[in-house]
Order: sequence, then structure tokens, then C-alpha cells
Amino acid sequence: MHDIIIIGAGPAGVSSGLYAKRAGANVLILYYGESNLEKATKIENYYGFINGIDGKKLYNNGLEQAKNLGIEVKNEEVLNIKKINEQFIVKTENKEYTAKSVIIATGNKKLRPNIKGVTQFEGKGISYCAICDGFFYRNKNVVVIGNGKFAISEANDLKNIVNNVKILTNGLEMENTSEFEIVTQKIKEIHGDERVKKIEFEDGNTIDVDGIFIALGQAGGSDFAKKIGLMLNKDNIIVDENMKTNIDGLYSCGDATGGLLQVCKAVYDGAKAGLSAVKYVKNK
Amino acid sequence: MSVFKITEENFEEEVMNVDKPVLIDFYADWCGPCKMMSPIIDEIAEELGDTAKVGKCNTDENLGLAQKFNIMSIPTVMIFKSGNIEKTFVGVTDKQQIIETLK
Repeated sequence: MHDIIIIGAGPAGVSSGLYAKRAGANVLILYYGESNLEKATKIENYYGFINGIDGKKLYNNGLEQAKNLGIEVKNEEVLNIKKINEQFIVKTENKEYTAKSVIIATGNKKLRPNIKGVTQFEGKGISYCAICDGFFYRNKNVVVIGNGKFAISEANDLKNIVNNVKILTNGLEMENTSEFEIVTQKIKEIHGDERVKKIEFEDGNTIDVDGIFIALGQAGGSDFAKKIGLMLNKDNIIVDENMKTNIDGLYSCGDATGGLLQVCKAVYDGAKAGLSAVKYVKNK
Repeated sequence: MSVFKITEENFEEEVMNVDKPVLIDFYADWCGPCKMMSPIIDEIAEELGDTAKVGKCNTDENLGLAQKFNIMSIPTVMIFKSGNIEKTFVGVTDKQQIIETLK
């Protein structure tokens, strides 16, 4: 078991790792996909770089710094986080890791797709957690809206309970490595009355559904929040001044918590989250 | 006031036939967010004392009630006043937000 698992390797995640490792904790960083920092061509407002610095270079420097300090770093996509008996279980595609504390530093992630009807039918057929709500759709027809391993993982959690599950990519491409039927048409609107009834595509076709599970792109902070029970303010994880969430032992930092989406803020948040997590682990 | 267990058998008596606001937390044992909501519900019961009734309903054991109220996501917290649904909260919800509707 690790003392602390950090999800995300941007400035918030790496910074939390540096502080936690230097304080003596056994740390694992799990990361996947492209960080927002990597996409920044040049950062000219971060302290200490006379001519600015390329975002990708700053990101890679951080990752190398973490490795040089002896932090275990793995490129794996996290699909779910659970807390059982004071222990966190972090699930990736093929493995499960355990830790005493977890820091979510996955950047900002939009929870809801921009489809008419999504907000209206939340709790009335729209769900963000297959494990929690799959039970209510026994022998029913459901879809997962998403286009990656996260969507497949949710569909896998549903397949033995429901009658039929399809994955709807809403116009995005998806390499199908699963047994599920993939529908790539763009969605226009979700219809229903007391509950979800059907999905209308932009080409005018419709399908009848009893439930819709949302699992967009790569799982991020807001998705984990829905699965483990973190409080959100829109898409942002709510933390206190020590970066603690409403769940003991679970911290979040950087863009995942909203506020100023800047490297300086992410670095501060990370330092605070790392130290808070170490304090929590040592008091266990 | 202590938190009581809502079942299909006692629902009528404990929820419909009472003159104060009633909160019901619909949950299941396998649901992670429900475990986070549960202590919040306990705190609400403690804070409100005798001014409201607070109950928890295991949806796995009382599927009929869950279906009756169209519960499709858990945790769902429902506030009943005079036997009618006054407000529904889906997902882990802030304590103060719930308490406001119980006053």
C-alpha cells in the first residue's frame, strides 16, 4: 500500500508529490493524457523565467524532477476511486492500487456534455455513477455517453444488470476495444417526461432509452467526485484552505478545484495538499 | 432526534401521517456517495432535534418505495411536508442547503 496516490502530473500533482516525498511519504503519481500545461505554447507570467518557458518543457521538467526525487510515476488512466474501511482503492484499466490518502490533481474537467436535457433529467434517468445507480435499471435499456476507456469501464459495470448497453460518442471518434455497440452520431436532445424516454440525434433519428450514464473522455476530478461522494461547485471540487475535500484523507488541488487556472496557483495548492496529506497519513 | 429506518411497512405512519417536516435519505450499501451522505444526515437529525423527523430508506430492501418516488440516482434526499414532496436533492448535498428546507 502507498501512503499517498496522486492522480495527475501537472504542476499541482507534481508539486504535491515533491512536498509529500520530501516529508518522508511513500508516493505514487498516476497520470494519463495531455495536461493543459503541455498545450500552452509559452508561459511568460510564471516567476523566474527571464524569457518565459514553453508549457510542454515546464511540464516535462516537473515530471523529471518528481522521478529524480525517487517518486514512483506511472502512465495509467485512473477510472475510479473508492474508499473502503479507511483505505482508498484507485482503479486503473488493469490494476488496483491502495493508499491511505489520495490527492486529485487531474485538471479542470467538464462533467456535463453540452446536450439539451442533461441538467433537466439529472436524477430522472441521467446518472454519473454506474456502480451507484445501475441497480435501478435492471433489465432496462441504457446508454453511456463517452468515447474512451472511462465509458467502456462504466458500460462494463452495467452490462450484467441491464438488458442492453450501448456507447454513444456524440460525434467523437472512438477506437472500439470492447464488446459494446458504438453509436457515433451527434446527439441533439434528450427527451422525457417524469424520466428520460428517448434520445434524438442531429440527423433526426431517435432511440428509446431508460437511462443515460455520462462518462465523457478521460475520467477527471468531477467524475471521481460523483463516484465517491465529493461535493462540487459546478465542475470544481470543493476544498478547504488545507485542500481537504469533504472526505477524510482525500485532497484536491490545482485546476480541479477551480479558481485561478494558473501554474502559480496550482503549485501552491499542490504544496498545501501534499503537506496536508502527509499530516493525515502520519496521524493515522 | 434519532434517525429512524423507513420501510414500506412503516412509511404511511412515519412519513405521511406526521405534522412536522420529514427528511428521507434513500441509499444503498454499495453506493460510495451514500456513505458520505450518511453522516451528514445524522448531523442534520442532531441539529434539528424535535422540529423535524429524519429517516433513512435502504432502496435495496424497499425497492417499491424507490419506484413509487421515481428514485433513479442515489443518494437522493426527499423532504416531505404534510405528506407531499417539498424538495428533492440528488447526490451528496451540503448540510445547510438541506436544513434550510426543513425549517
